[in-house]
Formats: sequence, structure tokens, C-alpha cells
Amino acid sequence: MSYNILVFVKQVPDTQNISGDAMTPEGTVNRAALPAIFNPEDLNALELALQLKDRYGAKVTVATMGMPAAAETLRQSLYRGADAAILVTDRALAGADTLATSYALSKVVEKLGNVDLVLCGRQAIDGDTAQVGPQIAEKLHIPQICYVEEVQELSAKSIRCRRAIEGGYEVLESPLPALLTVIDANSPRPMNAKKIMKFKRSRTPGEVEKEHTNDNYTQDAEAAVRELRAKGLLIEQYSAADIGAEPDRIGFAGSPTKVKQVMSVVLTAGEAKRISPDAAGIGGLIHELISDHTLG
Amino acid sequence: MSEKIGNVWVFIEQEAGKVASVSLELVSKGRELADRLGVKLEAVLLGDKVEHCAAELFSYGCDKVFLAEDPRLEPFTVMPYAKVLMDMIREHKPNILLFGATLKGRELAPRVASEKRAGLTADCTDLKIDDFHDPKSGKDYYNKLMQIRPAFGGNIIATIVNSWDDPQMVTVREGVMKLGTPDPSRKGEIERVKVALTAAETVVKVIERVRAEKSVDLRGAQIIVAGGYGVGSAANFKLIRDLAEALGGEVGASRAAVDAGWIDHDHQVGQTGVTVRPRLYIACGISGAIQHRAGMSESKKIIAINTDPDAPIMACAHYAIIGDLNTVIPEMIKAFKAKQ
Repeated sequence: MSYNILVFVKQVPDTQNISGDAMTPEGTVNRAALPAIFNPEDLNALELALQLKDRYGAKVTVATMGMPAAAETLRQSLYRGADAAILVTDRALAGADTLATSYALSKVVEKLGNVDLVLCGRQAIDGDTAQVGPQIAEKLHIPQICYVEEVQELSAKSIRCRRAIEGGYEVLESPLPALLTVIDANSPRPMNAKKIMKFKRSRTPGEVEKEHTNDNYTQDAEAAVRELRAKGLLIEQYSAADIGAEPDRIGFAGSPTKVKQVMSVVLTAGEAKRISPDAAGIGGLIHELISDHTLG
Repeated sequence: MSEKIGNVWVFIEQEAGKVASVSLELVSKGRELADRLGVKLEAVLLGDKVEHCAAELFSYGCDKVFLAEDPRLEPFTVMPYAKVLMDMIREHKPNILLFGATLKGRELAPRVASEKRAGLTADCTDLKIDDFHDPKSGKDYYNKLMQIRPAFGGNIIATIVNSWDDPQMVTVREGVMKLGTPDPSRKGEIERVKVALTAAETVVKVIERVRAEKSVDLRGAQIIVAGGYGVGSAANFKLIRDLAEALGGEVGASRAAVDAGWIDHDHQVGQTGVTVRPRLYIACGISGAIQHRAGMSESKKIIAINTDPDAPIMACAHYAIIGDLNTVIPEMIKAFKAKQ
């Protein structure tokens, strides 16, 4: 049989390089001020899905919720071997915490239907919460296997995975459908040149529309979308209404947690006492530490 | 405010009948929160044949232990645990529910929070009780749990408040809450919980389980000598071990050194490793990325040995030795042995 695998990915700000103006006064993230990258562990989740496709045959669909610009992350997934892509974007979804996010994503799974496996990276580097995966699983009432290192066996009825536990590992077997969160335990394949050639023209309807307003295309946008779909190059785009999400369970309204305050981590001014790196300097330091009972 | 609020709960993590240190840290912190709110501190202990753990929980300050024992709760699997916890939450309506931000805690807490439709904040490093005015809704909340956590790769510290119904749920990083002093004479009440599991919660089977105790536990160490990328090679880590041994300390490492394969992950200090606060921390060849400093900056005394005087580690160091660790470390060992 061929499996239906859905991989959730996220475009994230590169949190290793943050400047002061990356935060808004409300405490939310000004993503525009940071370079956007493919969340690292989501690449591991995609790689695991593509390995299953190679081994067993599968249709791999990649979905993301985010700003229209997140379509780029979907294209990068297509360049690596995903078969289809979905962008869920809507102003009503903005400001969501993990509970509201997982609800919206669970509605995407329901809309697709017949999904055998849902894969997510363990956590995203902007929030580091690792909560969305387990919360999607609960919303769908399906088992979750977190911290997956590898899939040992997949069959029509069940999946067997090796996953990390504190101080070791476990092999777990779960019936399908199931949700896996994947850790940094495989090497994501590079983008494939042929697939880049094919999918570099893939667009969301939103992008098509924007390009038509910007340029003097003779063709109308709707016809262009139809043509992309016929060629298998259309990235599907869903609004909150398209996935059947209840308005009070998404975005700010659906989020129980509120940010009260945000403080930048400030480095304390350098008050370090300079110790010269020679016998006299180091001898003096050791003497000081022994005298104040830090050492000995 | 006169309305009766629920108690403070701590989810107790145990492995083979031994309570995780993070759970005892949370009991210590939970006692403080419960006293501040004027409510009881209760522990939730799940497993099989784990009743003996209760005495230790009482000694650290629990008033009551809810004990759920069943062979199907051993070893830990997430769905049965979530089901038992949810049943208990529905019945007793706790105000606050604390989990350790361990692998278990981080997969269990979200599953429970999702079902309860409660807010959940991950990886807190501090907790306080305070009031909260939500400028968006104009609403005031009293005596809420302030959930303080680093976000955005450790570059900001955010205070999060749960504006919905109880429980206010959080996971808390290991090693950040101070362990209280146990009082063995302290007693409490054990309440047995009926475990009602159906086939739906027990579909995931554990085929194999391989576990080893951590090779080192840095959290209790008073002296830590840590090496970073500047150490240069796995072989050169011997210098770090030698200094640790001479001073009677443990060996720590930065993520860069662990990723390079020079030393095991158990030694990693920082945001993805352990948080430590020893009497003395010696950072050797560690540049001091914010993720590393998040795990060690509260050490009482910090010595930084680095060839780069502008390395970020200097910002939190008390003593800076600008020089080559290959000559500085042997000099330190020599000086210490001479003074003893």
C-alpha cells in the first residue's frame, strides 16, 4: 500500500542572530527583522517522511501555518522530494499560542482525511516548547511517539519506532494513524536540482495574485492558478474558514496564555578581574580562592 | 478573590521507584507557592509499587500524595498517564500544576493541557505569584502564576500568564529551583486513586527499553571545570579532566564541544543541557554563547580562560585569564597542589 504522510513544518526566525529591534513592544516577534529559515528539526521530520516514501511508497504532503512568505519553506520541501504542499494563512490565526496552533493544525489533518502518519519536528527554535506535536495528537485522539530517532518498521496496521528517553532509548509500537515528533537524528537530504527546476515555479494562489498586480500579465490570475494546478505546481492555500476552524479557538482569542512582559537578556558590564596568565597571577588567584573557601 | 481556589499540584516523575530530582525541586518551589496562596501542596504519583516514594515527598513539604498504582503505568507511556491525570484534574480542580521539563514532562504536559484546554508554558526558569492586568481585554487577574521563561533562543526572558480556567500548567527546567531541606518528621496523607484505563489508552506497546544512569550529574557539583571548542580536540579534554580531578570537581562542556564529539552529552551545560550553580565554574575555551551562559551564569564564582578578551563569557566572569588554556591549566594545577 501507499501511505499518506503529512509533515508539519515551520518557517522560523534565525534565533542565533537577534538584534534589539526584533521584538515588538507587545512582546511578540517581529519576524521581518530576522532572516527566516526552515526550522531545523522539521527538516529531520521531512527527511524521515521521505525515507519512508523511499522504503514503502508514500505520498508526502507538507503543510505550514504562517505568513504568506512561509510558502518559501514549502517550496524548499518540494525541492527535497515532497509531493504536495499546503499553506494555511489567515490574519485570524495570528497571535496563536501552542493550544490554538495545535487546534488549527489538527483541523488541517481532518480536512485532508485518510492521513496515516503525521510528522513534526520535536520543537521550533523560536519558542522551543515542543508542545504543538503532542497537542495535535491529542486533538485528533491518536497516539503520539515523541523524540523519534528512526522508524524500524511500517506496516498497514502499525509503526515501530526507536525514540530517545532519559539516559537511553525505547522501541515503541503504535497502531496507525499516529503522530511522531522527530529529533536531530538523521541527515536531511539536500535539495535536488531536477526538483528545483520543476518546482521553482510553484506558487500559492496568493502569490499568483500578487504577481499579477505587480506586473502587466496578460493572463488573468484565476487562469494562471488553474494552469499551475493542472501542472501539479500549485501550493494549496487554506484560510481559517477553509479548514473549518471555530473562530474562538484560533489566534489570540483561542490562546489562554498571554505575554505579560518581555525583557531582553542584558549582559552585565564586564567586571571581571584580570588575572595575568603566568605563575604569579595564577598563584595569587588560587590563593584567593582557597582563602575564601571556594577551593579546598 | 474570596472565591476558594484549588491546590498546588506537582507531577512526580519516578524511574524504577526513585523520584527524579526535578520533582523534589518542584515540591520545594510548590510549597512556597502554596503558602503564598494559602492552599495545600499535593503530589501526583503514578506508577506501580511506588508508595514508598510518598515519605520523601512529605519530607520536602507535600501535604498529600495522590497515589495511582497500576502495572499498566510502568514503564511510563504517555497516554495512560494523561488519562489518569485528566481524571484527577476533573475531580479535584487544582489551581496550579507543575511538571519537570524533562523528556517525559514535555510530552505528557501538552497532551493533558490540550485535553483540558488549559494554557501551558514550557521550560520555566522562575515562578511567582502576582496580579496581572491584561491591557487587551482590560481584565484584571489576581494571584496568578507568573510563568517566567527564556524564549527566542535565550535572547529574551518572557513572563507568561494563563488567562483561562485552571489549572495553570507549566513545565520547569531541571536544576533551576532550589531544593529545600527535607524534614523526615514531616507527615502527610496518602489518597489512593482508582486507575480507569480503557483499551484506547494502552494501544502503544513498549517493545524494548534500554536505560543507563547518567554518567555524571552536574547539578549537585560544587566545582565544575568546563571545556569548549577552544579545547581543540577530544584528546586535549584530558586537560579539563586533570584540572577537575585536582580541584575535586566535575567535568562540564559547552554544546560546541559535545557536538564535536569530544565529550558525552551528559556533561553539557546550558539551555539544551543542565543548569548548574556551583561554588566555582571554570570555563576553559568557552566563548559563552547565550545558550551556555543561561545554564551557568548563576554560579557563585566564574573563571573564564580564553585567548579572546572580547569573548561573551567575559561578561559573566568574575575572573578573566586571557591566555592559552594549554599553559594556564597546568599552571593552575601546579599552583593548587603547591598551596595545599
